[in-house]
Amino acid sequence: MKIVIINYGAGNIQSIKFAIRRLGYEAVLSNDVEEIKSADKVIFPGVGEASSAMSKLKDSTLDTLIPKLKQPVLGICLGMQLMCNSSEEGDTKGLGIFDVDVVKFSNQVKVPQIGWNQITDLRAGLFKNIGEKEYIYLVHSFYAPICTATIATATYEMKFSAALQKNNFYGTQFHPEKSSSVGEQLLKNFLTL
Amino acid sequence: MLSKRIIPCLDIKDGRTVKGVNFVDLRDAGDPVELAELYSQAGADELVFLDISATEQKRKTLADLVYHVAEKVNIPFTVGGGISSVEDVDLLLQNGADKVSINSSAVKNPQLINDLVAKFGSQCIVVAIDAKQIDGEWIVHLVGGKVPTELRLFDWAKEVEQRGAGEILFTSMDNDGTKDGFANSALARLSVELNIPIIASGGAGNMQHFIDTFIEGKADAALAASVFHFKEIEIVELKKELKNNGIPVRI
Repeated sequence: MKIVIINYGAGNIQSIKFAIRRLGYEAVLSNDVEEIKSADKVIFPGVGEASSAMSKLKDSTLDTLIPKLKQPVLGICLGMQLMCNSSEEGDTKGLGIFDVDVVKFSNQVKVPQIGWNQITDLRAGLFKNIGEKEYIYLVHSFYAPICTATIATATYEMKFSAALQKNNFYGTQFHPEKSSSVGEQLLKNFLTL
Repeated sequence: MLSKRIIPCLDIKDGRTVKGVNFVDLRDAGDPVELAELYSQAGADELVFLDISATEQKRKTLADLVYHVAEKVNIPFTVGGGISSVEDVDLLLQNGADKVSINSSAVKNPQLINDLVAKFGSQCIVVAIDAKQIDGEWIVHLVGGKVPTELRLFDWAKEVEQRGAGEILFTSMDNDGTKDGFANSALARLSVELNIPIIASGGAGNMQHFIDTFIEGKADAALAASVFHFKEIEIVELKKELKNNGIPVRI
């Protein structure tokens, strides 16, 4: 199986590579269009600020490639947010895969949300063998509200989308590579889809 | 519900843990990677590595350590100690650190916080603040509490937040090493006046101290070293006790 982690210069991708290796697979890092197209599984990571991450994607024409991919694609954290219609962060136009607009938490809660929260309302095969109310690790200031693509929720200020899915596209707001055994199970589920 | 975090802190010198650790089941008590794995299995929510070495090879040694920790550990970790530039942070994040913590370099050059946030995002920039009370006023100190600055804790903390830091790690030098509990009134004031997470550090001696810092101190996370290293407190037991006191924790 060929696993490609999209490497467009946004954030900590080493951890994702290592998490996949701990599951017994190897992933390659690439921003090459042909290499990404030929992968069986694509992981779209992202840490940092939305508008600068999006301009990096555009620099390597990945913004037009990603929405056309046919194999399973997993966006993580900012990666998931960039797969939405838009983000309030830096007034960024997204890839439009998930029909939802990413917005910021209000000052009623501490921002960013950092730490372990529980996932609920789990749907889809991505959460196979993962129980309701398991803990996952999140660090984010912006979130996708509940929408038709929501396949898991978490609560901070209000219920929001902890994970999204549409066709072959998946996204998690949390970091499976940092979410202990629950995260490992999720990555395993994605790699065996 | 977002849970409160328990964070063991490991002091590192030349790539090895320095504070005596009392883990009989460790093959090599000085190996930070093995200790990190053990803590992650024991239920730690996050780890902090504080590098206290001052050698010329420091940057590379620390980057190598980060790489090996990231290889093995499936919970987030922060690296701090002598980090003073965008290049330093870039190297650590590229090797797999989730967050970095800066302290003296931020006091000497506050613009560094803005520069790091602009390049890497708020979520991975922790500002550590060491302070102690002088004539009833909390004053920021450097060099592990030895050198006082002109800065007042609450003013500096607000500035740090405004400059975009994602989190504050507050160590009370008055409490550190006393095992008499955390500086809860200062912590609570930080938590009320600021809107970013606050990590409590300095003073942990027993389980009640953790309960107090989460309730009275309104802390989002609590960091400790020796009580964990010497197994005076088991993280699993601590979390059960916190849960029994109505504090949300990951078990």
